[in-house]
Amino acid sequence: MKVAEKTARTIEEAIEACLVELGAKRNQVCIEVLEEPGKKGLFGLFGTKLAKVRVSYEDDPGVLACNFLKKLTEAMKITADFEVFRREDQIIINITGSDLGILIGRRGDTLEAIQFLTNLAVAKKLSDRSRIIIDVEGYRKRREETLIKLAKRLAEKVKKTGHRIVLEPMSPQERRIIHTALQHEWRITTFSEGEEPHRRVVISPKRNAS
Amino acid sequence: MKEVVEVLAKALVDNPDQVIVAQNTTERTVHLQLTVAPEDMGKVIGKQGKIANAIRTIVKAAAVKDGRRVIVDIDQ
Repeated sequence: MKVAEKTARTIEEAIEACLVELGAKRNQVCIEVLEEPGKKGLFGLFGTKLAKVRVSYEDDPGVLACNFLKKLTEAMKITADFEVFRREDQIIINITGSDLGILIGRRGDTLEAIQFLTNLAVAKKLSDRSRIIIDVEGYRKRREETLIKLAKRLAEKVKKTGHRIVLEPMSPQERRIIHTALQHEWRITTFSEGEEPHRRVVISPKRNAS
Repeated sequence: MKEVVEVLAKALVDNPDQVIVAQNTTERTVHLQLTVAPEDMGKVIGKQGKIANAIRTIVKAAAVKDGRRVIVDIDQ
């Protein structure tokens, strides 16, 4: 969190000066008026009280995301804790608690929606973007392992039968897991077809592979 | 349910003080009417309704325990 304090003739001027110092927009900050500007002093000459404000700018995407998720889970009447991890340019938030299945939804639908809106809400408050991944009780990790196993199994089947297999519709992240899992297989190839949100991975034998 | 839509909408718009959610509960359904400032409409709908659908998905999840059907409408 960055904080600036400024004094000026009016509240507006003081806020403006703080925003310039912080390099932030007005809707991204929290403004606190510490001192109201007073009326002109005696004969308009002495003791004019200046306005003083404190402007704070939360610039940590992890903190912003947790604040948003706390409000959301409270509104959903869910008790949850949040663990924040950083990996390269990604921020990973793992939500823990009991009975969190409703945060995941069918095939992770709800989790995708929560992640999408959290990224939007955080991007709105920040000048520079960072990617936020949200997981619930390690669901993504387990799903990733399941998808890799599925990909390997289906790849064997395609090799054996020589027929292509079309998978069920998946999100871009999930499709990427399949493509990556099979990228070193030389007898088969993978690609996606169809339009979002019904885009599917196809595992197909390579044409001139024997 | 109303609070869920409020939290989500307020985090996405430029004018959070103009976010209003009206709730109308009947025996089987909960009808939520979200009103935002005209210039914020795009922020709660998104390209091809992507944001609106995400809001609906989350509200539906919150309503699972309740057992009622939820409808979320967006108004200017």
